[in-house]
Formats: sequence, structure tokens, C-alpha cells
Amino acid sequence: MSDSGGMPADQENPEPEAPSGEPDWFRRVTGIGSSLGQSLMVPALALVTALVIGAVIIAVTDVDAWRAWTDESPGEALSMMWASITDGYKALFRGSLGSRNAISETLFAATPLIIAGLAVAVGFRAGLFNIGVNGQMHMGGLVAIYLGFTLSLPAVIHVPVVLLGAVIGGAIWGGIPGLLRAKTGAHEVITTIMLNFVALFFVDYVLTTSFYQEQGRLDPISKPVDASARLPRIFGGDFRVHLGFLIALALVAFVYWLLFKSSIGFEFRAVGFNPDAARYAGMSVVAVFVAVMAVSGALGGIAGANQIIGLEPFRGTTNFAAIIGFDAIALALLGRSHPVGVLWAGLLFGGLRAGGRAMQGEAGIPIDLVLVVQALIIVLIAAPDLVRALYRLKPEEAAATQLTKGWDA
Amino acid sequence: MTAVTATADTKVKRRATAEERRARIAGVVLILLAAFVLWAFGLNVDGDLDATFRLALPTDRFTDINWVVNSQLLGFIVAAILAFLGGRQLRTANFKWTNVSIAVAMGLFALAFLGWAAAGESFSLVGMLRSTVLLSVPVTLGALCGLMGERVAIINIGIEGQLLTSAFVAVILGSAFNIWVALLGAVLTGGILGWVLAVLAIRYRVDQIIAGVAINIFALGLTSFMASRVLADSQSLNAPGRISPYAIPFLSDIPLLGPMFFDHSLFVYGMFGLVLLVHLGLFYTRWGLRSRAVGEHPKAADTMGINVFRTRYINVILGGFIAGFGGAFLTLSQVARFEENLTAGVGFIALAALIFGRWRPFGVLAAGLVFGFARALQTKLGILGIPVPSEFLLMIPYIVTIIVVAGLVGHARPPAADGQPYIKQ
Repeated sequence: MSDSGGMPADQENPEPEAPSGEPDWFRRVTGIGSSLGQSLMVPALALVTALVIGAVIIAVTDVDAWRAWTDESPGEALSMMWASITDGYKALFRGSLGSRNAISETLFAATPLIIAGLAVAVGFRAGLFNIGVNGQMHMGGLVAIYLGFTLSLPAVIHVPVVLLGAVIGGAIWGGIPGLLRAKTGAHEVITTIMLNFVALFFVDYVLTTSFYQEQGRLDPISKPVDASARLPRIFGGDFRVHLGFLIALALVAFVYWLLFKSSIGFEFRAVGFNPDAARYAGMSVVAVFVAVMAVSGALGGIAGANQIIGLEPFRGTTNFAAIIGFDAIALALLGRSHPVGVLWAGLLFGGLRAGGRAMQGEAGIPIDLVLVVQALIIVLIAAPDLVRALYRLKPEEAAATQLTKGWDA
Repeated sequence: MTAVTATADTKVKRRATAEERRARIAGVVLILLAAFVLWAFGLNVDGDLDATFRLALPTDRFTDINWVVNSQLLGFIVAAILAFLGGRQLRTANFKWTNVSIAVAMGLFALAFLGWAAAGESFSLVGMLRSTVLLSVPVTLGALCGLMGERVAIINIGIEGQLLTSAFVAVILGSAFNIWVALLGAVLTGGILGWVLAVLAIRYRVDQIIAGVAINIFALGLTSFMASRVLADSQSLNAPGRISPYAIPFLSDIPLLGPMFFDHSLFVYGMFGLVLLVHLGLFYTRWGLRSRAVGEHPKAADTMGINVFRTRYINVILGGFIAGFGGAFLTLSQVARFEENLTAGVGFIALAALIFGRWRPFGVLAAGLVFGFARALQTKLGILGIPVPSEFLLMIPYIVTIIVVAGLVGHARPPAADGQPYIKQ
């Protein structure tokens, strides 16, 4: 939140047709212009609200409790529901923070989330909505697999080479929608969604070619990457947290520098704030669109490589990026598109994921609840008025989150 | 903005040349395609082999209707027609024919491809066309849902979530009560999610893409959660039964067309009916005129006394009903049980079909059928043992959409106010 306050929203042109209608959402998403307390209030309340709704979902889906209810003992049913909730959330807490191993699991799960969240955040800052992190992870990961099992190098060189390859793979795949947007006006939301699926099927295809495929297998699964290409564990072999977490921290610092301390980052933000003004100031909006999407894609590529060289079984499988690319959108929103915010949000979601696994294992509550909680967080962050209405808070100013202005931008 | 109006005349002229340029590009593409067909499906094929296309199912009234054609000859003929179409595009640059030429060329290319794939073998063309229609149902219905929203300037990315949730609700209600309750519940579920999207987009002015993404994640999370928490223990809740097909008398006896169109469950008939209904409603009724006004220029519509917000709410909810109907198709028509993430991206193919169909009901239907054909082809090629990786066929809808939005072939123009919240002054 290092920026200056910016101008009040009511001085902006309120016409929806106005080409410079983006500052409104920009202020909202980034929290620029509001105090630290205000910018923490809505995320905190959103998290609490989402967890409360999650508790209600746990309760009403308790089949055993409903059986007790129909057996004419509502009191017992209610206490069973309460037990479900407390067991679940206790396991969630234990699994995320309750032990040294739990903390390691949280950091382990947070690693790709932070990197992917940074990818989306960089796009948001420049007014571009990269829904394609999933595809960029797949393409970056694919390059990582290739370099991981074909080269034989010492680990000190092998890991950086693999990551560099993933950066290039992700940057190209992310750059395509940037180029299409800049040259043809094709909206990046559509092109990135479509490229996600293209990448998904491409990975399935590549992993069944004889060069990539593990011998003796018929399903899409690659050979494992060499031991020298794997990210070493940083707190000993018992804990899964690996070098990738430190890389994620370094990337947080790098993105902070890029966005706020470098001149190219200034151009990113200027284009995001007002593309027309940036153009009049002599910036090349075309170059910035491509550069932003390439940087965003490169970060996605690293997140993809993390899923290959950072965890068992160190191979590519079908849809190995899973839904991290979509979690990343929630992360960027929750972290207000600020690198440090994304870091905290990534740790939070990593905790939810690690805790969710414990919740599933110990309390029998499916980990999919974490997705529901995440979706609710997205909605509540994106609709701050909803949170304020729920908690009867004083409305700040009527500001809405609008990122996109239609397909034809 | 003033600069734009000042150069309006020159802009109109430039648009025309751009379209001519596109027409010529299309011509070049068609000629290249012709050359490819000539080589791959003509010269490359053994001249003695015939392809046998079966045009009747064993259960039909008239069985044993086959079309036997020499594969090589078919390839040559298609190549010639493609070359003719391409040459004409290139020479006249008549952009009015660009889309028609491309559509015809796509169909002919598919035919030549099938002739090559089925060379020396017998291939059930009718079976594939029938599954094309079936596979197009969720895509077309989802795209119609998106169309209802985008025509009033509400972008709906959450179609996938609407399909998935209503498919889930249909399974539960179908198992607990009966298929008709299930159908009704699914339709209402789609509508409710549409309402949620509308409230977020209109009342809280949440970015519509984010609202849609949230709906998708929520739907995936909730249905997977319920599936493992409730359905896993009570399998009796995961057996909804099916809505059986109803063969229309006489019409279903027509060779080829009968099994393709007239021997289906109400979902297929409903799809065609809804396409027609939305088309008539959108272009020939007061409601349609108002909706389009709200989508193109909400301020003008508001000035004329149209309630912009109410129109948007109503249309997005109606669209939700359509998606709910499509969701019910997924679990009440063929598979009749729920599995995690059973839609697996159909909602995004629907989004692609909406763009490929250029925001028009019949365009959407055509897009749905094209994408359904690609999917049907993918399953059939495995049976024929053709060395074309099925993954590339699965990519077709997505690549085609990128080409269309980039304006490389034709130009897709969404409603002018699409995605913008309306702020009443």
C-alpha cells in the first residue's frame, strides 16, 4: 500500500462507457487509498463469515445427525452436529498449525499458491485478468519435466536450468493472450480460459508420447525427473517443505521490486490505472500488455515446475496443476494484488489446504469444503458492500470491483 | 471519444477493407486446406478402397441403408470443391460469402476425413451423427444461458457451475422423489444460481468474471463435498432413473434424419424448441427488443422507460432455468448418476459456443452441433484405430474460439455494453 492516495472516486467519470473506467475497481482490489485497518477489516470478516457458513454446511450435511433427528431426539441431533463442526475445525487447526509437521505442511501447500497468486496479482495491477495460470503452469511444468529427465547436471545447475525453462514455457503461453489482446483486442479472459483447455489436452497428449511416458504405462504419466532436478527439503527429510518456499519468498520480494521500484513496473501500473493516459504519456500499451502477460505467465510456469520438481512422485500426470490456477485468483483478490498481501493470503490458503487434509482424514469431512470456503471468500472480498451490510458497518464509498469491461475491450 | 466520431467515415471504409482482407485470408486458408485434402485424403489413399457409411441403425424400421463411396474419389471431389471455394474467395473478396464458404468447407473437410478414416471399412455415420446431437445438448443449452445473460450485458462465466449444481440436484431429487421433481428442481437450481450472479453483478456490482469464477468454485466445492459426504454413504440417493426417449411417430422412421433428430428424450426436443423460442423472443417481441436495448445501450433504454435492472434480473434468471435444464440432461438422460466434476468443462465449451455462435440462438445451435461433432468424432476415431491423437480433436472448440475472438476469421461482436455494470443516475 505504498502508493499515494490517488484521487477520490467521485471525480472519476462515472459513465460506464467511459474508456477510463478502471480506477474504480483498481482502488477496490488493491486497497490503495484506504487505511491499513480498513483494508484488513473486510478480508478478516470475509474469512470469518466463510468459515461460519462452512460450519453450517458441515452441520446440515451430517447424515447421522439427521437420522437422530428423525428418531425424535432433536437435542441429540444438535449436539452431534455441534460435535461435527468442532471436530472438523479442530482437525483443520491441528493440521495447519498444530505441530511442526503441520506447519511444514502448510508452508508446503502454500508454496505453489503464493507463486500462482503473484501471477494473477501482476496481471490485476496492469488491468489484465489472467485466468490462464492453470495453462501456464501446465506448459511451464511440461518444459520442467523435459529438462528434468533429459539433462544430467549437478543439482546446483540443474534446478536453476529447469526453473528457467519453466519460466520460458510459461512466459510464451502467457504472452500469447497478451499479444492477441494488444494486437486484435481479443479479450484475455476468453483467450486464457480457452488456452487452459488447450494446454490441458496438450499435456495429456505429450505425456502419452513414448518419449515422455513412463515405460509400461498406458495412462498419461511421465518419467520422473532426475534427483538432481528436485527441490531439496529445507528442514530435513521428515518435513515436506522444500526450497520452493524460499523461492516463493524471493519471488514476493522480486514482484514487489518489479511493481513498485522499477520503471517497467511503473508502466504496468500506469497502464492498469488508465491505459489512455499511459498511451498519451508515450508508453507502448501493446508492449506492456505482452510484457505483463509474459511476466504473469512466467510466474505461472514456476508454479507449474514446483508441482513437478517439488513433490512426489516428481512426474507429470494428467491435470497436474489441479485447481491452483483458480485458487490463485482468490489469493490475488484476498491479498489485494499486493505481493505481501498475496504472501499472507497464500499462507492462509496453504493452511486451509493442509488443515483440510487433516479434517478429511481425522474428522471425515471432505476437503472440498475448503473450496466452498474459498469461493465464499472471493465473493465477500469482491462485494465489500455485502460484508458491510452483514455486519452493519459504515459504508466506505460506493466502489465496486470491476476488472473487465466486456469482451471487446 | 470525439476523435472517433470525427473519423467515423474513414473508419467505415477501413472496416470494409479489413473484411475484404479477411475474405482473402479465408480464400488462402481454403486453398491450403484443398491441397491438404488432395494429398492426405486423396493421393495418400489406396484407390481400390471403398468407405461404407451406414445410414441406419439396427433398430430402425428400414435397416441396411448404406452409402458406399470410393475414398480416393471422395477426397478428390472435396479437394476440388474446396479449391473452387477458396479461389472464388481470393478473386472476388466477397466477404458476404466468407462465413458460408468456411462452414461448407468445414463440413466437406469432415466428410473427406471420414472417407479416409473409414477407407476399406464400414462406419456407422448415423450413430455418430446421433451422438453429435446428444453431445451438443448441454453445450447448446449452456450457451443459450450465456446468451440470455450477455444479451442484457451480464457476462456469465458460471455456466459450468450452474450445469454441475443442477445435475447434482437432479440426482438427489430424482432418487428421493421422481424424475419430474428432479427436472423441476434442476431447472430451479439453475435459476437460483442465475439469481445469485445477477444480485452480485447488479446490486453489488461485483466484477462479473469474478462472480462467475466464484460460482464455479463454489459449485465444484459444494457438489464434491456433498458427493463424498452424503452420496458415498447413501448410494440409494445416487440412482435417479432416466427420462426415457420418445420416438415421434412417422418422423422417426425417416432414414438418417429419424434416428438423428426424432428419436430422443425431451431434452433434445427441448433444446431445439428453446433455440427457436429464444430466437423468436429476442428478435420478434417487445421483450426481445427491450433486452437487446439494455445490452447495447442501457442508458438509452433507461431513458425510454425500460427498467434496466429488472430486465437484467429476469433474463439472467431465465437463462439460469435453461442451464438447469441442461444440467438435468447430464444426469437424467444417459448416465443417471453423479460423479465429482461430472461436467468437466462443458460449461466452458458452452461459453466458446456462445462466442462462436456470435450471440445468436441459431448460431449457438450450429456451434453446439459443430463442437458436438468434434467430440463424437473423438470417441469414434478410437474405435476405427486412426492415428490422430484424440486430444487434438478435444482442443478444437477452444482453438476455434480463440481464432474467432481474435478476428482472424470473421469478427465476433458482443453486445456493446457487455460486462459493464449500469449505474443509474
